[in-house]
Amino acid sequence: MWIFTRISGLGMVLLAIVGVTSALIMGARTQMDLPTLLRWTFFPNPNHVVNSNIPDIELGWQNAFWQTMQMLIFFFAATHAFNGLRIVVEDFTGYSLLRPILRGLVFLLWLFALIVAVYVILAN
Amino acid sequence: MATSRRVGFFQGLKYKGGGPMIAWMLHRITGVGILVIVGLHVISSFAMQQMGSEWATSLNIIYESDLFQILVASFVIFHALNGTRIALLDLWPRFQVYQREALWLQWFILVPILGLTVYFLIQRTLAAGG
Repeated sequence: MWIFTRISGLGMVLLAIVGVTSALIMGARTQMDLPTLLRWTFFPNPNHVVNSNIPDIELGWQNAFWQTMQMLIFFFAATHAFNGLRIVVEDFTGYSLLRPILRGLVFLLWLFALIVAVYVILAN
Repeated sequence: MATSRRVGFFQGLKYKGGGPMIAWMLHRITGVGILVIVGLHVISSFAMQQMGSEWATSLNIIYESDLFQILVASFVIFHALNGTRIALLDLWPRFQVYQREALWLQWFILVPILGLTVYFLIQRTLAAGG
C-alpha cells in the first residue's frame, strides 16, 4: 500500500490536469469559476457538471472514455483516501481489538463508496 | 515522547520537528479534511436532490460561500503539492538530501497558485456585485 499511495497521488494529479485541460478545450474558458473548476477537475460526470454553463456537455463528455476516466480517478481517490484514513486511525488507536473492527469499518465504507460511484457513473 | 501515544496537541507543537513536521501535520489534517468535505458533499447533494432535505440545502449554501471555497482550494492545493513532493522524493531517494530545499520550493509554488485562486475568486464575486 505504501507504493500505491505514491503512485495514486501522482496519478490523480495527472488525471486532474487532463480533466481541466479538456474542459478548457471544450469551451469552459469564459465561465470557469472555482466550484466549476473543482467539478471538472475531480469528477467530470455530466450529472455533476450540469450547473456549469458549459455548452457541449451532451456532445463532449458522455462517452466511454470519460466514464473510464471517472472510474479511474474515483478508484484512485477513494482507495488513497480510505487507506490514509486507516493509517491515521491506526496511529491514534494502537494495538487492541478495536483495530480490526475499525479496519473492517473503513473497508466497508470504501466498498460502499466504490459501488455508489460506479452506479452514478454508469447511470448517466 | 517518541514511543508514547499520549501526546497532547501543544506538547506536540513544542517538539522541534521544524518545517517537515509541520508539513506532515498539515498533510494529515488536510487529508482527513478533504475526505470529510467530499463525503459530506456527496451525502448532502444526494439528500438535497432526492429528498429535498433542509439541512442538506443549508450545507450546500455553506459549500458555495467564498470563504469555504478558499478553504477547500487551499486544502486540495496543499495536499496535492505536498504529496507530489513526498512521492517524487520517495521514488528517487537520491534527492532526499535536498528535502528541506524541496519543502521551501513547495511553499514558493503554493503561495502564487493559492494567491491567484483567491484573487480571481474575490474579483469574480466583486464583479458579480455580491
